[in-house]
Amino acid sequence: MTVGLFIPCYVDQFYPGAAIATLQLLEKLGVTVVYPPNQTCCGQPMANSGFEHLTGGCNRLFIDNFSGFDYIVSPSGSCVLHIREHLHDDKQPELAKTIAHQVWELTSFLTDVLKVESLPARFPHKVGVHQSCHGQRGLHLSSMTELVAPNFSKPGSLLNMVKDLELVELDRKDECCGFGGTFCVAEEAVSAKMGKDRVADHLKHGAEYITGADMSCLMHMEGILKRQGSKVKVLHIAEILNSEG
Amino acid sequence: MSSREQILAAVKQNQPDLLPLPNVTPFQEITYEDALAQYEAVLTAIGGKMYRVNSMEEVKAIIKGSYNSLEKRVLSLVPELDDIATAAYEINPAAHHLADVELAIISAHFAVAENGSVWVTEELLGHRAVPFICQHLATVVSAKNIEPTMHRAYTRIGAAEYGWGAFIAGPSKTADIEQSLVLGAHGPRSMTVFVLND
Amino acid sequence: MTTETKDHAELAEIFNKDEDRVDWHDETLWWIRAKRDKSVHQLPEWEALREAASGIKHNVLSNLNAYLQEFESAAKANGIIVHWAADAKEHNEIVHGLLAENKVTQMVKSKSMLTEECHLNDYLATHGIEVIDSDLGERIVQLAGEAPSHIVLPCIHKKKEEIGDLFHMYLGTPSNMSDPQFLTETARGSLRETFLTRKVALTGVNFAIAETGEFVVCTNEGNADMGAHLADVHIACMGIEKLIPKREHLGVFLRLLTRSATGQPITTYSSHFKKPRAGQQMHLVLVDNGRSIQLGREDFRNSLKCIRCGACMNTCPVYRRSGGHSYHTAVAGPIGSILAPNLDMRKYADLPFASTLCGSCSNVCPVKIDIHDQLYKWRQVLVKEGYAPTGKKIAMQVMAKTLASPTLYHAAGKMGRLTIKYAPFAVSNKLNPWYKQREMPSSPEQSFGEWYAKNRKK
Repeated sequence: MTVGLFIPCYVDQFYPGAAIATLQLLEKLGVTVVYPPNQTCCGQPMANSGFEHLTGGCNRLFIDNFSGFDYIVSPSGSCVLHIREHLHDDKQPELAKTIAHQVWELTSFLTDVLKVESLPARFPHKVGVHQSCHGQRGLHLSSMTELVAPNFSKPGSLLNMVKDLELVELDRKDECCGFGGTFCVAEEAVSAKMGKDRVADHLKHGAEYITGADMSCLMHMEGILKRQGSKVKVLHIAEILNSEG
Repeated sequence: MSSREQILAAVKQNQPDLLPLPNVTPFQEITYEDALAQYEAVLTAIGGKMYRVNSMEEVKAIIKGSYNSLEKRVLSLVPELDDIATAAYEINPAAHHLADVELAIISAHFAVAENGSVWVTEELLGHRAVPFICQHLATVVSAKNIEPTMHRAYTRIGAAEYGWGAFIAGPSKTADIEQSLVLGAHGPRSMTVFVLND
Repeated sequence: MTTETKDHAELAEIFNKDEDRVDWHDETLWWIRAKRDKSVHQLPEWEALREAASGIKHNVLSNLNAYLQEFESAAKANGIIVHWAADAKEHNEIVHGLLAENKVTQMVKSKSMLTEECHLNDYLATHGIEVIDSDLGERIVQLAGEAPSHIVLPCIHKKKEEIGDLFHMYLGTPSNMSDPQFLTETARGSLRETFLTRKVALTGVNFAIAETGEFVVCTNEGNADMGAHLADVHIACMGIEKLIPKREHLGVFLRLLTRSATGQPITTYSSHFKKPRAGQQMHLVLVDNGRSIQLGREDFRNSLKCIRCGACMNTCPVYRRSGGHSYHTAVAGPIGSILAPNLDMRKYADLPFASTLCGSCSNVCPVKIDIHDQLYKWRQVLVKEGYAPTGKKIAMQVMAKTLASPTLYHAAGKMGRLTIKYAPFAVSNKLNPWYKQREMPSSPEQSFGEWYAKNRKK
């Protein structure tokens, strides 16, 4: 099985550690991983701002970079959801469709495709999980509090495989952190307030780390934690799942 | 072109191709093991009170024992309870003469277990305003007439003819001020349902 | 873009100046969301009910022309006088005409978001007619000279002390009296007088049944009924999308409505108005006001399924922290943000952007409107129609160009230019909105791409 590694632009630039952990974790699980070097961005920043019509270049580039893999895996639920729902190319519509269906978010790839049942990881800390909305409500990585449906959590089931890791319960299990792409600057007041409230929930319950399947939300919360001078850190879930015992 | 024609034409032009109407009959199957217990629990939770009684005499005794302002006007729309009323209802198209009713006693067609409501129509009420304008409302319903859900309630109503009807669930209430629940917004401050075994 | 009014972001920023109030507002609405959750989790059939309600509404929208005519003829046969209003102006004129015909200058009105949408009270005021809103929350905002901030909870933004002050000023209560029980009792007394003296009462409509020509009005306070049953003339106003085919469908909708709204199993009163009382006039005004246009917008059509429960507002993390007035439209929150641009794209171009697209709104919606997807789609439409600010347009074009080229992307990334120019959150200065309350991510020495090139050489 050969997997194309899709690393979103901001993870590439600001959080290489999350990308490295994703790569190492997949390799540890016996997957052949290839990182196409000419990849950039899924196009979501433009699309969510109302400029989906400007994403043609990103779409073509994505198709050029990721044709021919068995799967395409990315440590970002939000970017994966964007590709799944919006990747298209008028010149090669079928290929675009095929690729859109091959894209997987990392944790669901581990639970649903690789069917991982154990991990050699240890992380002796109290951890709060942030359910990123696009991963949760868009890709159904976990059950949603609004729906009358059975409980499950793909990221949670993986974290439960990590030795000595303690998950903290939150008052609001799946409230948005307020990042929202350009929302974070266009609606600065509400965005920052949402971030502060989300962070406060984790702090209240004694989390030492906040983790999740989407680095963008974590980046937002990290910005708030740092401004508050908090010792609590954010870590992409791949970094915890890849931690050595 | 009149607005009516204009609206209908615009709607016709813009409405999509016909989509089928879902079948809602499977919801008829939903029931409770003990519909009366469910009814009592829900009615109590929404601020009402339920009594199980075996006779109208019992109803009278409870009313006499629980309303301390019976010297005020008590209106009965239940013939068997007329003797505890100040006077039986007299037909009058204006409801303003009801403004001083302290307690109105009405009967209901049936009750609904899932939400604590009773179904009434105007021929049970004398006047549509009766269950709203009174300070307190008491309702008598037969124990045989407890429907589990609203689906069954509407099956029971069927194509019944009425001018006005309502589901009434508990006392009038509001939580508009800081979400503090206050009973007795504009209508009755209390609602008592007598479930009569017969 | 210049607008006369402030946009959502500006109004939200003002609301956020008082953080304690934001916390209070957020927690109050979250508590209602929690009550909704508790209530719906008691029904194993909940998701099936939502699906059924959605399907019924889809059928209604696809057959609306026939249902409207079926309803009209049944209602007429019941003795209801049916009026048609193409827009807000005509609606207001019809209501005013009925008041003039009956020679009255005072009216009592129960909750109707449609009349808010049409600005009926203002219109009638300019014609010398006094309207008293009888829903307690609406009466409170009316006394304050404000619009409702929430479709179900009109004065959810007001603290009881502020309400106490209003009552002191207008209803003569003692100063500093803010006990909800006391204030409600005062309003009860005052409004009872109103009910007993008004000859005309206006109500909204929650559902209208095509088959039987009756309409259903739901309240907890009993104010719609108090108004209608004591008045000589009852005027009910409804949007054309409020129709449902048959009585049996009420079983589905009445189970969903209040559980979604407040977590109650049903409103205290669900009144079915089929015929006028003896001697009473009953009028029903069917209002289009843009609905038939929305019906023709394929991507936005199903916003017309809305039954006005307000659940999307209660769950919306943005609404809870910006307040209903920040949406500067009659129906606030996520649903308002997909309805309002249909009426006026320029005026409401900001609203579809007042969301993180988190999707919670679509999940709580009892009729399964894809609200967050429609927000996304409205963004595309608004930009295409030219309602995006020029600065944003240029920035997006540059960003798209950079991200479509690996060479430009890598160069920009390496030189830190990507961070400076195209990722606005990453600039550490006070002018940058990101930096106001958040630190920027620390810049790593190398990107993942660079690390990979060094460490995974083939």
